[in-house]
Amino acid sequence: MLSRVAAAIVNGVLLGLTLVSLFPLVWMASVSFMPPGAASTLPPPLLPRTPTLVNYREIFLRAGMVRSFLNSLLLATGVTVCSLAFNTMAGYAFAKLRFAGRERLFKTLIGALVIPGQVVMMPLFLLLKQMGLVNTYGGVILPAMAGIFGIYLVRQYALTIPDEMLEAARMDGAGELRIFATVVAPLLRPVLASLAIFTFLGCWNDFMWPLIVLTDARLQTLPVALASLAREHVQDSEMMMAGSVVTVLPVLVLFLALQKQYIHCLLLGSVKE
Amino acid sequence: MTLPAAAWGFVAPALLVIGLFFLLPVVAALGLSLTDFDIYALANLANLRFVGLANYVRMLQTPLFWQALGNTLYFVVAGVPLSIGVSLGSALLLHSRLACCRSFFRTALFAPVVTSLVAVAVVWRYLFHTRYGMVNFVLGHLGVSPVNWLGDPHWAMPTIILLAVWKNFGYNMVIFIASLQAIPQGLYEAARIDGASWSRQTRHITLPMLEPTLLLVSVLTTAGYFQLFAEPYVMTQGGPLHSTLSVLYFMYEEGFKWWNLGAASAVAFLLFGLIWVITWLLLRLAGDRS
Repeated sequence: MLSRVAAAIVNGVLLGLTLVSLFPLVWMASVSFMPPGAASTLPPPLLPRTPTLVNYREIFLRAGMVRSFLNSLLLATGVTVCSLAFNTMAGYAFAKLRFAGRERLFKTLIGALVIPGQVVMMPLFLLLKQMGLVNTYGGVILPAMAGIFGIYLVRQYALTIPDEMLEAARMDGAGELRIFATVVAPLLRPVLASLAIFTFLGCWNDFMWPLIVLTDARLQTLPVALASLAREHVQDSEMMMAGSVVTVLPVLVLFLALQKQYIHCLLLGSVKE
Repeated sequence: MTLPAAAWGFVAPALLVIGLFFLLPVVAALGLSLTDFDIYALANLANLRFVGLANYVRMLQTPLFWQALGNTLYFVVAGVPLSIGVSLGSALLLHSRLACCRSFFRTALFAPVVTSLVAVAVVWRYLFHTRYGMVNFVLGHLGVSPVNWLGDPHWAMPTIILLAVWKNFGYNMVIFIASLQAIPQGLYEAARIDGASWSRQTRHITLPMLEPTLLLVSVLTTAGYFQLFAEPYVMTQGGPLHSTLSVLYFMYEEGFKWWNLGAASAVAFLLFGLIWVITWLLLRLAGDRS
């Protein structure tokens, strides 16, 4: 009897928390289908009485969010592909290839993890300006093409590859690049999948750096475009909710599809000390 | 045996990127913070002068910087414990043998973590709308008169804290669940044989076993919360009356609105130093206890 009451309490509280977690997202979706002005009435409507796509047409056609969507897609994909390649190669080398100063170099990199990214923003902006990369896709992609966290993650995983496998491949006369591509990369696939989804989501949601380096409206990513739209259209709740749905939905779907890999990466990162 | 040249070939691309776009700028930022780099220097480097620690001194004499620092500390001091408390509570609930449909609950509670901050800040602004927001509507039924959440200097920061807790608690929750699962079941069985109640088991087994995780989570969350920026940028633009202006927002305005890149670098280092000191204190505190 007592345990049934306890079970009811536990599940009841969980249900309450779930409601709080999901309600803002569900309401966001619901309001995005309401005709302009319908959400600014009392009592606040839960469901659209006459569902409409007019807000989506507005943000895509008039507010130029198609372009922002493509920018976000391009940048997140570009960063993910490049950083995955560079981090994997480096992480593998730090784990399995011998070279002078390897341990010291790795320790230095790990030490640099404590430096918050904002410290570098001002000089980085000046550097990119010098290189002519401010207001170009390169301004976002280039600095993100390799990351210490990614290298660390790949290295930890690559340490588990048996040396004998690599030696055997070398005996067969395979070059280092060939070994990397045919032996190492397939073995690293699980960690690469995790890192890929983690990087993609992080890049898609990134706000501060794209805001600084991409001031041209045609190059803006979804979060930046949405933020500037939100400043202009304070009263147009329905339209802003449609913009929020477009920004959130792709990453939410991706997360639901690859949840296990994402959480795997999160956990690996949290035990780094 | 592998050739060192081949190994360097593997690490060189990543090192080049990190060196050029991260490590070099860190050093440059330190240098920049000792200059009066402003919009004139941006136009012509001949206008650049070395000013020593003048930026730091000036910042520490700027009331607005102190206000931003105070606001940020408020956000951290209230937000981090609240965040971790909710994470820990929900992790304990999800870990309980009494919980049903765990994976559904876990996914639902985690969902806000992967959403874009800007988008949910926009949603939050609507939820907390004084006239038409759902929050005031529900509170109205409980007899509370409408609160001007984002327009009242007393309520703007609490609203932002609620957003941060809502969006972030799932992250630490997942970490707590993983370390709860790592606690040996034998400990609980022994306690049960001794007749220890659930609350005693929690106090004497679960919480002590979670301590290392708790420390790690505290350090990471604190460092993260010091970097408050997008929430006030979207929801309040630092207002009303600068009540939600954070240090990072202050840095952004100083650097990229007024182009005082030297002063902005000084702000960045002051913030970095503060995070560093607080992390050190947290680690010390934990070290003294064990």
